[in-house]
Parts: sequence; structure tokens; C-alpha cells
Amino acid sequence: MNAARVREKIAFTILGLITLLIVLPIILTILYVVKNGAGAVSWEFLSQSPRHGMREGGILPAIVGTVILIIGTMLFSLPLGILSAIYLVEYAKDNLFTRLIKLSVVNLSGIPSIVYGLFGFTLFVVFLRFGTSILAGSLTLAIMSLPVIITASKEALESVPASFREISLSLGATKWQTVHYCVLPYAIPGILTGTVLSLSRAAGETAPILFTVAAFYLPRLPHSVFDQVMALPYHLYVIATQVPNMPASISFATGLVLIALVFLMNLVSIILRAHYRKKKQW
Amino acid sequence: MVAEVVIKTVDLNCSFGQVPAMNNLNIEIYANEIFGIIGPANSGKTTFLRAINRLNYLNASYRQTGDIFLEGQNIKQISDSILRKKIGIIFALPQVLPVSIFNNVAYGPKVHGITKKNVVTRIVENALKKAYLWDEVKDRLDTLATRLSGGQQQRLCIARTLAVEPDVILYDEPCSGLDPISTAKVEDAMRELKKDYTQILVTNNTKQAARVTERCGFFLMGDLVEIDETETLFTKPKDKRTDDYITGRFG
Repeated sequence: MNAARVREKIAFTILGLITLLIVLPIILTILYVVKNGAGAVSWEFLSQSPRHGMREGGILPAIVGTVILIIGTMLFSLPLGILSAIYLVEYAKDNLFTRLIKLSVVNLSGIPSIVYGLFGFTLFVVFLRFGTSILAGSLTLAIMSLPVIITASKEALESVPASFREISLSLGATKWQTVHYCVLPYAIPGILTGTVLSLSRAAGETAPILFTVAAFYLPRLPHSVFDQVMALPYHLYVIATQVPNMPASISFATGLVLIALVFLMNLVSIILRAHYRKKKQW
Repeated sequence: MVAEVVIKTVDLNCSFGQVPAMNNLNIEIYANEIFGIIGPANSGKTTFLRAINRLNYLNASYRQTGDIFLEGQNIKQISDSILRKKIGIIFALPQVLPVSIFNNVAYGPKVHGITKKNVVTRIVENALKKAYLWDEVKDRLDTLATRLSGGQQQRLCIARTLAVEPDVILYDEPCSGLDPISTAKVEDAMRELKKDYTQILVTNNTKQAARVTERCGFFLMGDLVEIDETETLFTKPKDKRTDDYITGRFG
């Protein structure tokens, strides 16, 4: 072997090890959580309310709460995000105003989630008098997810060939018909992928829901959008730090359920993307 | 014989940002003729075509002065949608939508509000027949249009344009990506369409201009250098630059 080949081998080995270093913590974390929590996951754990200061029973209200919050977040952020992206890509002229909006979107994604939490508390809970509620929590999470959804949707729309728009416009279609028939259908896969990923992140957030929706202990299920709910990430925080003599297995089991939920959503996103990629014909 | 003027430009100036693309163009195109436009790259041929149906305005830096008239009416008074319905365009590369053959042709009627299934079916069939494509695709209208060959795709584009029943068809180097046989088929279609449509053909291929057009204009650097009957232009050009271009001394 000559010197160049040796150097190449060494470089590849180092690069490979560094990559492994990224994968390792994830694998270890999951293994650790599974090892310590899997034993406590049972049908009872998934289908019952917590009992005896949350040291026994299940986590059903927290699972239901998180699912409701995801759906609520989606209801607000999906239309808002997709429609703003359509405006930015298809309609907005390149001027100061548009650039300001684009800059804001980029900056919004860099804001720490606790700031969103405080903002949501001030605006939705206090000022708009929604109280600590599903509505306030969903809206807060929705605002937090917006930048990612807008960015993903923008990229998806921009990746649709310009010729599709030209064909449509040259046949006398209006701008909206063009977007509706010749752009959106081909951008939907990318939009969905980005959306699901941002929602799965929202599902795992604690800070934005801390002051806006999350209940410390609320064994019954919610009746309206103005009710509080328990949520998995906050519940996990509570039982891991605030409840004395908490069996560790329950904390880990709760973490495991949350991870599984997020993985499930990411899986849906991957399947959707693979499905649409197969149908892509240009 | 006094021919009816379908398209007329008056002092048309076009530019993209600071770059002029068309200088003071005054031209008249007559009904049912195939008018050819020849000239080297960057001579303003495509800009002229896309000015007629206002596609240039898709480029934000585009500026235009002067007037364009369609059948006597200033196109400024016609909405984009109506104008582009009346003036169809065929692009240089065959550009089909990634949907079925049928839906490519049916798209135009759909956006103009024609939804009745049997009406659309008839329009699609007629358009495909006029574009000389029907016999090749009639058994597989549900196939993806992207599966067709380049020449078939270009005729599909013609059919798609015909389906909205335009008065004028613009061709922007329609055969630049096609083999000679496909080119011949597209040219056959053009000759057949003369009966009902006014056609403007921009081409890099002077032989093609000689084959299918009746009158021809030679564009150079945004100027209309010479305009005449095609035969006269190709055999006895008045301007030396035209002669140089046609005989292949530059361009």
C-alpha cells in the first residue's frame, strides 16, 4: 500500500468513528429507556389513570392529552403554514416587506421554546382569556411549529418545476388555478414530510405547554377545548422530579411511550415520503 | 388582396432590467399565415413571442413600452386569462404535465370551466386528431404523458393548446429537441392547422423556416432587420446581414 492509500484509510476510519459517535448516544438512550421501562409498560399502564400520587396506575390522560395537543396544533399550524408558504412562493413580490417576512420566519425557528411558552401564556391564557386550556396550548405549539412548516412547504413548492406553472398560465389558467392544479399536487409530499416532523417535535416539547395547558395531575379526560390536559412530556418531568418515592420504572415507561409516539409519527412521515417519491414522474 | 391583420405591434420596446431585448418593433402578422422569425441567439425572437401573450411578465425585471394589438384590440384591455386562451404557445422543449395524456389535453378546457365529461372527451379527441397524434395514442389515453417520445410529447403540447381553441399559435423553436422524422410530423401538423389558425414560428433552423413559412422576419440584437416573403428573403435578401446569416457566415 502506498502512502496516499494509507492516509485515505485512516481518514475514512476517523470519519466512520465520528459518525458512530452520533448514532451511539441515540442507540444507548433508547436501549437504556427500553431496558428500564419496558417491564412497566402494560395494557393497564396504557389504559388507566394514575393513582396514589401517580405512583401507580397508568398514564392514559397524558397520552390522550398529547394526542389532542398534536391534533390541535396541526389544525392551526397546517393551514396557516401552508397558506403562508403559498403566498411567499407564488404570490409575493420580491420587496422589503417579503424579505422581512422571510427573515422573521428564519428567526422564529431560532427562538427558545420556553419563550414561546411565555408568549403563549401572555397572549392566549391571560390577554385573550382562554385560560390554561387545550386551545391556548395548541395555539402556542402551533406558533412554535410554524417556522418549520413554512420552511418545509416553501422548499416543497420551490422544487416544483417552473415549467409546470408556465404550461398552466400559458393555457389561460389563473394564478390560483395554476397553484391548485399544477403546483400543490406535486408539493404535497414535501409539505407533509416537513409538517409531520415539526409536529413530532411539538409532541415532545415541555416548555411551551408548561404555562398554557399542562395539568400537574388530572385523572379525568377533557370535555372541551377550554379544559386542561395532562401531557406526556410534562407528566414525565413531574414524576421524575416532583414526586418523591416514584418507582423509576414508571418514569422510564412514560419516556418509552413518548419516544414510541414520536417514532410512530416519524415513521408515518418516512412512509409518506417513500410512497410519493415512487409516484414522482418528472 | 388585403389580408386581415391579426397581430400588430406599435413601437414595441422590451427589456429585462437594464438589458434591452427588443427595439422599436413595428410588425404586422396576417390571418392564417405561418410567419417565421429567424435570427441568432439573443436576437429577441423569444421575447417577441412571449410579449404577445404577456408571458414575459413572469420575469419580475421585465419592462415594456409600446402597444400590441390582437385583432385590432389593444391587449392591455384583455385579461391574462382570455389573452392566453386566444394566443397559445408551444415551448422549445416538449413540456407535458406528469399526468395522463387525456388530462394534459383536458387541462385547458377544465380551467376555462368546461366540465361535462362528454364535451371534454370530444374536445380532447378533436385536438389530438388535429395535432396528428390521435392514431398513436387513442388506445392509451390514460398513460402518463411523460412516457411518450419527444416528438409525440411536442404534438401533445400542440393538442393541448388547440383544446382551448386559440386564434393564434406561437411556436418557440418547437423542433429544437426533435429528430427529423418527428420534426416532419410537427411541420405537417402546422401546415394542416393553417386553415384555422394564425401561426408564428420562431426557429433557429433556417431550413425549417424556408420549408413551412410564407413570410419571414430576420431579427438581430433586438432589431427587425428585414421582413419579406420567405422565398424573397431567402433568395434575394436586401440587407447584407440577412444574407450573411442565411448563408451561414455568422450566427
